[in-house]
Amino acid sequence: MRWTNVSQETQQPPPPARAAQIRRLCGFSLAAILSTLLLSAATPEKHLSVYSVAANYSLPLVQHDGRDYVGLLELLEPLGRVTAKTDGAKWRLRYNNVDGEFQSGKTRVRIHDRDADLGGKFVLDNKRGLVPLGSLSSLLPRFLGGPVTLHEAPGRLFIGNVGTHFTASLAGDNPPRLIFHFTAAVNPIIATDQGILRMTFSREPLVSPASPTLTFGSKVISSATYAESNGTAIVTVNASVPVIASFANEGKTIVVTPTSNPAQSATAPATGTPETPAAQAPAPAIPPPAPLPARRRYFAIVDASHGGDDHGETLSNTLLEKDVTVALARSLRQELESRGISTLVLRDSDANLSTDDRAVFTNADHAAIYIALHATASGRGVRVYTALLPFGEDDRGPFRSWTTAQHAALPLSQTTATAIAGELQKRQVPVRTLSAALRPLNNVTGPAIAVEVAPQSSDLAQLTAPDYQQLVAGAVATAIAAAKDQLGSAP
Amino acid sequence: MIPRHLMIAMSILLAAALGLSVYAWHVRKSVTTSPTAVIDTRPLAPPVTGPTERVVLFVAHDEDGTLRGLSALIPLPSGRQQRSEELLRALLSIYLDRSSPHVLGSGAEIRSVYLVDPGAAVVDVNSAFADTHRSGVLVEQLTVASLIHTITANTPGIQKVKILVDGKERETLAGHADLSSYYDVSAVNQLAVQLQPGQ
Repeated sequence: MRWTNVSQETQQPPPPARAAQIRRLCGFSLAAILSTLLLSAATPEKHLSVYSVAANYSLPLVQHDGRDYVGLLELLEPLGRVTAKTDGAKWRLRYNNVDGEFQSGKTRVRIHDRDADLGGKFVLDNKRGLVPLGSLSSLLPRFLGGPVTLHEAPGRLFIGNVGTHFTASLAGDNPPRLIFHFTAAVNPIIATDQGILRMTFSREPLVSPASPTLTFGSKVISSATYAESNGTAIVTVNASVPVIASFANEGKTIVVTPTSNPAQSATAPATGTPETPAAQAPAPAIPPPAPLPARRRYFAIVDASHGGDDHGETLSNTLLEKDVTVALARSLRQELESRGISTLVLRDSDANLSTDDRAVFTNADHAAIYIALHATASGRGVRVYTALLPFGEDDRGPFRSWTTAQHAALPLSQTTATAIAGELQKRQVPVRTLSAALRPLNNVTGPAIAVEVAPQSSDLAQLTAPDYQQLVAGAVATAIAAAKDQLGSAP
Repeated sequence: MIPRHLMIAMSILLAAALGLSVYAWHVRKSVTTSPTAVIDTRPLAPPVTGPTERVVLFVAHDEDGTLRGLSALIPLPSGRQQRSEELLRALLSIYLDRSSPHVLGSGAEIRSVYLVDPGAAVVDVNSAFADTHRSGVLVEQLTVASLIHTITANTPGIQKVKILVDGKERETLAGHADLSSYYDVSAVNQLAVQLQPGQ
C-alpha cells in the first residue's frame, strides 16, 4: 500500500514555485558537473621535472591564487639531508647546514640569516610548505650553494650543469637517415603517426639546440623541431614517408630512417599540390618505374629480444632476459664489426619494440642476416633456431604472406644455423639446432636465425660473464663471416 | 605444619603439570614442523566411458630437451573429438605430477578440443595453463610440440592445429612460442623428429 501512495504522489504535478526551485537546483548541479568535467579534461595535472647529478625526478605542481606552487621539502629531499618543522604560522626548513624560516602568507623569507623575496606568498598547506615555482631560481641557490636553471613555463628545473645536448644531421640520400647524437644515453618514448615521429624525453635533461627548428633540405625528412611542455622535452621529426627510430651507440645515438623505400615515396606529389581528378584530365600513361636494386645499409641486424614491458624470462630475482640479450647483442656487434661486417643492434636500450616492427625494419633494410638473441636459465649451452613456419596463406603475386615470409630464405637460414652450431662445437660449447615457432623469424624475408644462450653450468652468473658472452658471440660472428659471400648474394 | 598427605598430593599435581607441559611443547613442535598437506588443484576428470585403448603420448623431458613417446592404456570414448580431449588430459595429468619430467603449473587444464574443419583442430587451454607456464624458447616449444604431436599421432587427418587460451587468441604461450597462427602439422612432425633423444 505504501508503494502505491508514493507513486500517486509523484504523479501529481508540483506547485509552480517548488518546480522552479527544483529546475534551478538541477540546472546548477548540471552546470557544476559539466564545468568540473570540462576543467579536469582541459587542465591535465602539471608537473615539475627536476634534473640533478643526484637524481632526476618529477613533482606535482599545486595551483594557488592562479600561480604554480611546489612543495619545497619534497623538492630538496632527493638532494640532501632535509628536515622541516611547523611552529604556528612559521615553517622552518633545514637543508644540510642551511636554515630557512618561512611564514605563511608572507613573501619575505630568511635563509642563512639573510632576507630573500619569494615574489609571491608562502603557503602553509596542512604543514606542507609551498613556494611559488618562479621563486626557485633565486631560492634554491641559497640552499644548494650552486646555480640552477629554471624553465618555468614548461616546468623543468636543471640543478648544476646536467644538460644533455644533441645534434641532428642527415646522412645519405637514398634513403636518407637522420642521425641524432646525444651527449648522454637517452631513452625517450617514441610515437609515430604517418610521417611524424615524436620522441618524448621525460627523464632526460635534454636542452634545446641553438635553434628550436632544424631543417635538412630533404624531401623525405624535411625538419625536426624541439619543444618543452609539462616537464618533458619533445623532439618531432617531420617526414613525407613513415619513419622508424632505432638506437645505437649504447643509447647515445638515435637513427631515424624511412620504413618504406624513400626513392619511390619521394616521387609522390608534394604536400599541398592538388591532384588532378582522373575524370577531368586523363593522366598520360606513365611507364612503371624500373625496379630499384635493393639497398642494404647493414649486413647483419642483431636483435636483442624482448625489452621494455616485455621482460622475457625472469632468470633470477635480479636478472631479466631482456637485459642479458642487450649485453649479448652488443658483444655480437663488436665481434661482427671486428670481422668487417656492418651491424645494427635493433634494440640497444630498454625500449618496447613489437615483433612486427623488428621484422619490418629488417625487411626494409634488406639485411643479409637477422639474428635474434634470447637467454634462458634452463638447459646448458646454446640452441640455434630457424623458423617453424605456420600453416600460412599462399603468396599473392608479388606480395608475400606475412606469416610465411621466411619461406624462400629458410634453406639459407638453416645452412647458417648449422654453420654457427659447427663453430660453437669447435669451442666446446654444447649446441643444438632446432626449428621454433618464434616470431619474428617467420616474418623476415631474408635469412633469419635465433640464438638462445643458456649457461654451461648451473651458475647463472655465466650468462652475464663477458668471457662467456664473447665466446658465444665470437663463434656466431666467425660462422657468419665465413658465410658472408653466400649470405650477401641472397636476394 | 602442613599435613604430610597434602604435601604428597601437591607434589603429584606439580609433577603431572610439568609432565603435561613437556608433552604439550612436544606436540606443538611436531605440528609446526610437519609438512602441510599439498592441495591438489588438478581438475576432477569427468567420467569417461569406453574401452581402454593403447595410445602413445609424446612427453617432453626438460633435462635433455627431448620429446619421448610413452605407451599408455587409457579409456577412450568413441567420439573423435572426445578422444582427442581425453588424450590431452591424460598427457596433462603427467605434467601436473610434481615428479614429471616437464612440470606445468598447478591449475593447468585442457578446456576443450574442437575438430572443426576437415583437417583443423583447435585446442583450448585455460588461462592457468599459459599464465603459470615457464618462459623460454625450448621449454615452451616442448609443450606445444608435445600437445600437437600427441593429438595428431593418435587422430589421423589433422593438418593444422591452433591453440587458444580461455577461448581467445594469444600472442605467445609465455613470451616465446607463437600462438597467433595455426601450427602446420607436417612442420611439427619434423620438429618432433629433431626433439627425439640422440638427435
